[in-house]
Amino acid sequence: MTFSWFKYAAPINFYPLAGKVIPLFWFLAITLTSFGLYWGFFQTPDVLSDQKQYYRIIFVHVAASWMGMWLYAMMVFWGLVGLVFNTRLSFMMAKATSTTGALMAFIALISGAVWGKVSWGTWWDWDPRLTMSLILMFLYIGYIALHSAIDNSRRADKAAAVLSLVGLAIVPVIYYSVNCPNPNECSSLHQESSFKGVESNILLGMLITALGFWMYSFATILMRVRNIILEREINTKWVSEL
Amino acid sequence: MLNTFWMILKRDLKLALRRRSEVFTVLFFFIIVVSLFPLGVGFNEKMLQEIAPGVAWIAALLASMLALERLFANDYVDGTLEQMLLTPQPLSILVFAKMTAHWLLTGLPLVLVAPVVGVLYHLEAETVITMMLMLLLGTPVLSMIGAIGAALTLGLRGGGVLISLLILPLYIPVLVYGSGAIAESRLQSGNIEPHILLLSAFLLLSLIFSPWATASALKISLE
Repeated sequence: MTFSWFKYAAPINFYPLAGKVIPLFWFLAITLTSFGLYWGFFQTPDVLSDQKQYYRIIFVHVAASWMGMWLYAMMVFWGLVGLVFNTRLSFMMAKATSTTGALMAFIALISGAVWGKVSWGTWWDWDPRLTMSLILMFLYIGYIALHSAIDNSRRADKAAAVLSLVGLAIVPVIYYSVNCPNPNECSSLHQESSFKGVESNILLGMLITALGFWMYSFATILMRVRNIILEREINTKWVSEL
Repeated sequence: MLNTFWMILKRDLKLALRRRSEVFTVLFFFIIVVSLFPLGVGFNEKMLQEIAPGVAWIAALLASMLALERLFANDYVDGTLEQMLLTPQPLSILVFAKMTAHWLLTGLPLVLVAPVVGVLYHLEAETVITMMLMLLLGTPVLSMIGAIGAALTLGLRGGGVLISLLILPLYIPVLVYGSGAIAESRLQSGNIEPHILLLSAFLLLSLIFSPWATASALKISLE
């Protein structure tokens, strides 16, 4: 039996497959997220370094920030696959990913602002990591705006894919310039990101919640892809037979 | 290939010089934005000196972005662009020539008019020279990254506002190092060499990648 790599690249084959795995992802998303949050809220110490109970927003905040970044990479990946292999489904995946990604970036910003208010005493601070997540949000908005401004879905897909690629290419430069606005005295004010010294229960809660967010993203992206497939293939025979 | 480059460059410049007002529109936009800021934030000399680098660069970003729409729009409307795509010459060369013309018409005037900012914001001569240097290095980057956005939004409704959403976030490094260097040059112990090097590196990167990215964006838009 020969295995065809492109079998599920056809919307007609992917549609039922996605329909089958979506409940699984929902199940995993709900179980993992609730377990992660339970663990984070009840099985962890009440104090993290100098922060009290309120540090627990970390479980939502970190998971959402990670997803915000990962989904951007995933969106670029699908766009690139689409440009290279000219597969319609990849573009649909990229489009579906953008909305969930923007949502995650938004949650990260809001939860970060709330956390910042209690811990730093301010909703917003122009530190590199905050600025970077704001810019990430802008990149998502640019992608969605460009995609929705073009009526021809083929052109919209490709143009948005090129835009996201250009964005990804410039992100390291932006990252550097935001982290180090003055190259003469380059030291970031922000605390270093490190897992060392983090209590293992906190780490566990964080990782499990992040996994739960992953599964949630998969589930919603696949649901959205199914909708996009139906929208775009509305004139085909197999859709009318559904 | 060089011939093609020169031909397109000369053509674009000639066309623009027949409609000189367009060049001046961008220039005066820059001057007006720069002179509105003191009216909004007050005339305190010290504060003006402090905000001058950022204001000048933001005005430059906006001015160069406003002019982007015209980069391909006219050629697109009268069909020239489609003919250019059909020529055997590499599209990226044609695009690069158009970017160069665009910079000569919108970026270079900003560099030359920078001393006006110096006068309005009470800057010292040295700071003004740094500002001109940084604008000289940075405005080509604006034209080149902007060209990608212009190509992607070609012929779309409300393309002008859309371009700003797509392109402004990508301008951040230019803004940070461009204005950073000007601010640095006001300090006694200021050293602007790292800024210059970083901005030049960004310029070189965009020189390599943006004509190519713009060409593929154009192909998508005209498909």
